[in-house]
Amino acid sequence: MIMRREILPLSIFGALAVLPLLGSFGSDAFILSIVARVMIFAIAALSLDLILGYGALVSFGHAAFLGIGAYAVGILSAHGIREAAIQIPVALFVSALFALVTGAISLRTKGIYFIMITLAFGQMAYFFGVSLAAYGGDDGMTLPGRSLFFGYDIAASERAFYFLVFAFLVVVYAACRTLVISRFGRVIRGARENAQRMEAIGFSLFSYQLTIYVIAGTLCGLAGFLLANQTQFVSPAYMTWQRSGELIVMVLLGGLGSLNGAILGAAAFLLLEEGLSHLTEYWKLYFGPFLVLVVLFARGGLMGGFKRLTGTGDGR
Amino acid sequence: MTAPMLELRGIRKNFGALLVTDDVSLTIPRNELHAMIGPNGAGKTTLIHQISGLLSSNSGQIFLNGEDITALDLPQRARKGIVRSFQITSILPHFSTLENVALAVQARSGSSFRFFGRADHEAALNEAALTALAEVGLPDRANLRAGLLSHGEKRQLELAIALAAQPSVLLLDEPLAGTGPEESAILIELLRRLKGRLTIVLIEHDMEAVFSLADRISVLVYGKIIATGTPQAIRDNPDVRTAYLGEETV
Repeated sequence: MIMRREILPLSIFGALAVLPLLGSFGSDAFILSIVARVMIFAIAALSLDLILGYGALVSFGHAAFLGIGAYAVGILSAHGIREAAIQIPVALFVSALFALVTGAISLRTKGIYFIMITLAFGQMAYFFGVSLAAYGGDDGMTLPGRSLFFGYDIAASERAFYFLVFAFLVVVYAACRTLVISRFGRVIRGARENAQRMEAIGFSLFSYQLTIYVIAGTLCGLAGFLLANQTQFVSPAYMTWQRSGELIVMVLLGGLGSLNGAILGAAAFLLLEEGLSHLTEYWKLYFGPFLVLVVLFARGGLMGGFKRLTGTGDGR
Repeated sequence: MTAPMLELRGIRKNFGALLVTDDVSLTIPRNELHAMIGPNGAGKTTLIHQISGLLSSNSGQIFLNGEDITALDLPQRARKGIVRSFQITSILPHFSTLENVALAVQARSGSSFRFFGRADHEAALNEAALTALAEVGLPDRANLRAGLLSHGEKRQLELAIALAAQPSVLLLDEPLAGTGPEESAILIELLRRLKGRLTIVLIEHDMEAVFSLADRISVLVYGKIIATGTPQAIRDNPDVRTAYLGEETV
């Protein structure tokens, strides 16, 4: 029998899987494209939730990893390397390295200082992107096409790309689920509750927190790879601090420390943005108060509300 | 001759101009229950912080079983076997009681850099945790969220966490603080059972408990140890009487 807590993820992934099969979406494949974008940001939000939700480390520079993953695609493509089997490892490796260096420095601080220093590293990445004159500088660069997979241009159609992103999302979600309930994940969750207690029983938290920071950065680099492929465009705008803030909003909106919530939060944010911006140019005027209401009245975000409605347990 | 379990050599701590630990030297043999008493503000908790590694010392050395551990921090010392409780209850309120203890077992058994497999399904961790919970009298609370325990039960849980971390030296900072008479009777009975099995440094304001449990007692006043001895010797010490015990008859 399926446990009650599995109903929500099964519904989410079931809906995402059948969406492209529900008849044709016409030539523009508009909806497929939007939902693929939701799934890409869901991967980014999942990765941020690992450190923000499970680790209680408020990183305000997470968008840097989106940019690193995207620039890995852009720069390699500019040199004629369009093979994903090369681009993905490079994107992940550079993201991991950036996370290792910036994390090792940032994690020596706590609280507001951690927020500020991650913001500073995020801005450094942003201005580094701006300074890359050979790769479009401020304007960014257009890619010659989507990445090739073992030489085949299989991601060219919107529907194929959709399923590719879907597959990555499933793998990342499953990996995060496994991670947070593992021994390692339990140490991270314990440190969120009471760091001093964890240290007093012998856990040197720095090495655990640095590891989760690197894992989160690497996964977000993957989202960057996918984002560059979807838009076939790379620019420093992926790395702005506003983008980092949007990622935080997605996680908060969905519910901190809930993987299902991270997906729902990304969906809610992007779909509201899409819907409201059709109605008015000043959509943020409506989105802002909405967010305030969610934070005030739906503690635990969408997942908190969902749990109260269904009476399910701690919902990982 | 074997080295003492815990030895402090001239340790000091000052916060600015305030000298909180003033040249404290103390030798505690293996399996002794050593109580630390003194008026409020004498620096007892600071001394526990220094022994556990939560605070570093300005000078002096600390030896565990002959090994100099002065340079180690809190988690490193915990892995060496110095485990502490806190004056203000320190648990993981949203974890189950069992998982609170299982984490302490996990800290001492194998690597925690394991990314696969459900930690809460590891039988070896859970069994050892249940044993520790049974030891402190909380086996039937195993699956309850720790934050929902009564205050006394939380103190018992904190002891179970400390025991599960397999200490060779247990530092207890006022384990009876805030407990009612029935709860403290349970805890005192528990301490009596632990006595002689491991080295314990106990800070406690309940004088009746201290004098009935301790092998030896040190009296700390303004950061200085003014006397160390058996409960009887401390009772009879005139300096202690003036400095501390004068106001109450023990």
